[in-house]
Amino acid sequence: MNAIAAAHPLLVVSLIKIVVLLFLLMTMLAYLTWFERKVIAHIQSRWGPYRVGPHGLLQPLADGLKFLFKEDIAPAGADKLVFFMAPLLTLSLAITSIALIPFGPSDITIFGQHTPLQVANISLGLLFLFAITSVGVYGVTLAGWSSNSKYPLLGGLRSSAQMISYELALTLSVVGVLLLSGSLNLREIITSQQGTAWGFLPRWNLIAGPMPQVLGFLCFFTASIAETNRAPFDLAEAEGELGAGFHTEYSSFKFAMFFIGEYASMVTVSCLATILFFGGWLSPFPATAAWGWTFYIPAVGFAVLGIYLVADGIRYQTMFGRIVLPVVGLALLGLGVLLSRPGVLVFAQGPFWFLLKMLAFLFIYVWARGTLPRYRYDQLMGIGWKLLFPLALANVVLTSLAVAMRP
Amino acid sequence: MNAAFIMFMALAVLAVAGAINLIAQRHPIHSALSLIVVMVALAGEYLLLGAEFIAAVQIIVYAGAIMVLFVFVIMLLNAGVEERTNLSHIARFLGLPVAAVLLAELAWAVRRGSEAAGVVPAGAVSTRDLSTLLFHEYAFPFELTSVLILVAIMGAIALAKREP
Repeated sequence: MNAIAAAHPLLVVSLIKIVVLLFLLMTMLAYLTWFERKVIAHIQSRWGPYRVGPHGLLQPLADGLKFLFKEDIAPAGADKLVFFMAPLLTLSLAITSIALIPFGPSDITIFGQHTPLQVANISLGLLFLFAITSVGVYGVTLAGWSSNSKYPLLGGLRSSAQMISYELALTLSVVGVLLLSGSLNLREIITSQQGTAWGFLPRWNLIAGPMPQVLGFLCFFTASIAETNRAPFDLAEAEGELGAGFHTEYSSFKFAMFFIGEYASMVTVSCLATILFFGGWLSPFPATAAWGWTFYIPAVGFAVLGIYLVADGIRYQTMFGRIVLPVVGLALLGLGVLLSRPGVLVFAQGPFWFLLKMLAFLFIYVWARGTLPRYRYDQLMGIGWKLLFPLALANVVLTSLAVAMRP
Repeated sequence: MNAAFIMFMALAVLAVAGAINLIAQRHPIHSALSLIVVMVALAGEYLLLGAEFIAAVQIIVYAGAIMVLFVFVIMLLNAGVEERTNLSHIARFLGLPVAAVLLAELAWAVRRGSEAAGVVPAGAVSTRDLSTLLFHEYAFPFELTSVLILVAIMGAIALAKREP
């Protein structure tokens, strides 16, 4: 195996990384649906999924199986080829963009080849991410059109107009970050945010530099919610007006592909917000000896979570839960112990902080869906063109001034 | 036959096939989709030549913005299937000979070009170099182009706002 890897290093190593990442991502996306339903349920004072497995933990599996076994229906007048292509396009583009995300600073070794914790490290990473996002509109548009049905068509038209409008604000809001870091490479953007201000404040783009990117971040995050067609900007699938919007006519696994694609783009955007404004894999604590104890946060965090799960699990109602939950808890505890080993601890710092920040953004996504009512269509367009666009432009001008006047 | 050549040929075939399909298809949306395939294949060719920035911009601007507008307008107007005219008189007696002449000219130019010109200088052009050129040496034409686009936008708004 080492010989093959040495002969075609890029091919073999990339393939392994892609397969591992795809597996982890798919598992995460499946549990993201569980996470969203649970959080929204608790916001609305309900229990959420509860029946399938302890705390509904097997619900994603059941949902996936259900999607696979349902009949795949296409409307009689549908344009078959485009109808089939649209969900494929949505899902593949959403997943492709994750390949550009760097998850940690240190290299890993696969079959004797050193390689970064990232599938594709290209010099124009951010630009290519936006390129993929800009092509992503087609999935929604074509799905709406090819269904040959009036609600999907209206939903598709709405959402393509929405995505075109918000792409402007999304791209412009990032220009400030580019001016500060002077690079389009995602790794360089992260490393440019290293260090602390006044000894304790991290120099993340959000709060530091000659011009804090608070405005840029607010524009970016609002626009990204609209760009991913999520509440409160999910006009494309306003149930009261349009049925389910562009994917009304889709069933079975094609519907699941749209669903997974939406969650994958949520993950991408959360990663991007983390990288651009919140220092990516950088720890929020200074890297001095006095703050050395913060290195143990990942280990202690997992251990505490594991102990809590064991304590909670042995009092669960069903027998199945009383076995499964403590086992999962013990596994997490073991992970915590593993993480406390010196070598692993240093390696785990980057991915841990990265994933923690990303999860925080995903939580905000769900939180927004649980609390904010949907906007009207004219309000949506008003926000995009009359509020976010000028704000992002102002941010570009202010940041350029600050960077130019920097001594 | 190295990997780059195979990639080049594959993308070239894709681009040409997309272009032919663009004319052959009878539904406007299918034609627009073929055009997107052409754009993306061209972006791939730019990438092979080491012009990463141009490749990304090609996708963002052409495939992502202009073609989205095309598809959007086709959907909005609900354009149906086009009818075949089976070559009008003008097309038969004027169009076909002119097309043949143009094709011959193109073939001659390509043949001569491939003998005269060598290999395209390899190596990636950095975004920094590109922007330095754009904003220092060619700043005036660049700004002029943006004014031109602004005029076009204003014209479109003036047309759209005209009293019915």
